[in-house]
Amino acid sequence: MILGNLLYIIFSGVAYGVLLFLMSAGLAVTQGLMRFANLAHAAFAMLGGYLAVTLMNSYGWPFLLTLPIAALGTALFAGTLERLLFRRFYNVSQLYQIMLTVGIVSMSVASVTFIWGSVNQPVRMPSYLSGSIQVGNFDIDVYRLFLIVAGGLVVWALIWGIDSTSFGAKVRAAVDNRRVTSSCGINVDRLFMTAFFIGSALAGLGGALSVNLVGLSPTFALDFLAYVLIVVTLGGHGSMKGALVAALLLGVVDVAGKYYVPQTGPFIIYALTVVVLFWRPHGLFAKA
Amino acid sequence: MKRSRLAIAVAVAILLLGSGAVQGQQTPIKIGIVYSFSGAGGTAGKEFNDIVALFQKQHGDTIAGRKVQIIERDDGGIAPDNAKRLAQELIVEQHVDLLAGLIFTPNAMAVGTVSTQAKMPTFIVNATTSGIMAKNPYMSRYSMTATQVTIPLAKYAYKSGMRNMYVIFMDYGPGIDSGTTFENTFKGEGGTIAGEIRVPVTAEDFSAYLQRVKDAKPDGVYIFLNASGSGTTFLKQAKTAGLDKAGIKIFCSGDLLTEQVLPAIGDAAIGVISTMNYSGTHNSKMNRDFVKAFEAQSGGMPPTFGGVGVYDAFQAMYKVIAAQNGQVDPDKTMALVKQLKFESPRGPIAIDPDTRDIVQNVYIRRTELKNGQLVNTEIDTYPMFKDPTEHP
Repeated sequence: MILGNLLYIIFSGVAYGVLLFLMSAGLAVTQGLMRFANLAHAAFAMLGGYLAVTLMNSYGWPFLLTLPIAALGTALFAGTLERLLFRRFYNVSQLYQIMLTVGIVSMSVASVTFIWGSVNQPVRMPSYLSGSIQVGNFDIDVYRLFLIVAGGLVVWALIWGIDSTSFGAKVRAAVDNRRVTSSCGINVDRLFMTAFFIGSALAGLGGALSVNLVGLSPTFALDFLAYVLIVVTLGGHGSMKGALVAALLLGVVDVAGKYYVPQTGPFIIYALTVVVLFWRPHGLFAKA
Repeated sequence: MKRSRLAIAVAVAILLLGSGAVQGQQTPIKIGIVYSFSGAGGTAGKEFNDIVALFQKQHGDTIAGRKVQIIERDDGGIAPDNAKRLAQELIVEQHVDLLAGLIFTPNAMAVGTVSTQAKMPTFIVNATTSGIMAKNPYMSRYSMTATQVTIPLAKYAYKSGMRNMYVIFMDYGPGIDSGTTFENTFKGEGGTIAGEIRVPVTAEDFSAYLQRVKDAKPDGVYIFLNASGSGTTFLKQAKTAGLDKAGIKIFCSGDLLTEQVLPAIGDAAIGVISTMNYSGTHNSKMNRDFVKAFEAQSGGMPPTFGGVGVYDAFQAMYKVIAAQNGQVDPDKTMALVKQLKFESPRGPIAIDPDTRDIVQNVYIRRTELKNGQLVNTEIDTYPMFKDPTEHP
């Protein structure tokens, strides 16, 4: 029974962690590349969610088909924003970057309320992704199972892309030393643009996948901002593996904390953050 | 010659009529509105305007020959300083005769001090915390209090066979009020509390809480969560976690299940027991007509308890203005407010002369699927129920 509880908590927590990873992975990489404090990343995830919901509810698209469109649409929107706005702020102090991107978060909340209203968006999953499987005393949520499998595939593709492709090698080089990389003839600006595009697509995908689990309303961007920042900080800027470990850790600790010591509220994940940062001030996987 | 005389006569007649009209035209009666048209109350803003448009279509925009002018101000959400400043502006600059609106309690408290100082009758359409009225003698309320609807639900839960219940509520003012009111009432009836979880406002994933509830094996669970977000998420996750299969009944405040939110919750809402002062399916001629007229006005959006609160505040204001023949005096207005008793789409309502708070039927409802549509069916009524914690 006790072991069963623990396994169930880990299962739920890992599924939640996968979502957090998808929403934060892009930020970890772009943050590492440009040291650009993009707090609007959670707003991109929210946009992905609204795109998916609108395609399903207004156009009758099947859920799985909305996912690539949510990712692509979000990436196009975020990419445009990056070209028009963000790139002008790469060389100013982080305070300005934070002011800019927090402003964008506020505008996104207001815009989404204006277009879609403030109520939670209705979403109905296809029957093969809803319900649960009874295993012993536990109801294993089919959707969480799907999240773990689908998220696992994305994680594998990402890590393979960073470790084994020439694009990945360039990204790793630029994270380590941008000046030397660009003096080797690598166009870091273009590299960054591509990484930003992929990262935003992941956020959009994460947003679309999270609707069924955590719901979608205009405060989504604000609700997940803290989680996304914790994942990036714990993982270490620029580290995909760091973000993965941090997201899974955060997911499991959050669920376990709620289960075993619910009276501590959100304290437990902040305590985790503080402890990890005491031990590794630059994050779990940061280069010294 | 004859023709020109006729022309002069006509011209004189027109002039006389015109001046007569000018003499008859008095200054308008001004109603100032402080309400959250943007921010967290975005959809409430649209509903407010639809209700006012509908109300004036039905009841006209003049009282005793004076035109009613409505001046709206947006406080933008929970922002007491803002609300207070807007109320001051309406009173000092716009010379309003009455104030109305107020979704959020902190805003209502802040406007309360202005209302008291300026002797400005203020008609609250939402702001459901107990204790606002006692401090502010020129305020009256047309919504409900959280305590007023929670006590009947706890009593009903015991009556319907619940003996051991789990309580989950959001860890902020209204959540704590509602959660502890439920616990105390339920224990007073003879029940026991299996456990309590105070959910942080930021909680998104409820799977761990749900497993805890299942481990405790209670008869039912009472939840008080955020109507526009976490409530929907909780109910959907509860369905997937199999709370219904485990025989654990869900009880909640009816704001989690308004006619506008129900589609987002879907099947997970079926069988949930809730408490509220209004249900769209309330069986009265007035309500059937009201729902039909409102949906025509709003373009298909059903009315909620929030809209009914606005409608009744306007009913009240029109009644007291008409009773004074269009001349609004603050103290006479309050004396009339204390005698108010009229029919609302929700059923009969009255203003308690001692507390200036609303007395109304509290309905226990079960969410059901009827003709392919999710509705809240009234299954029990606590007639003309008064918030017992309110005192003069």
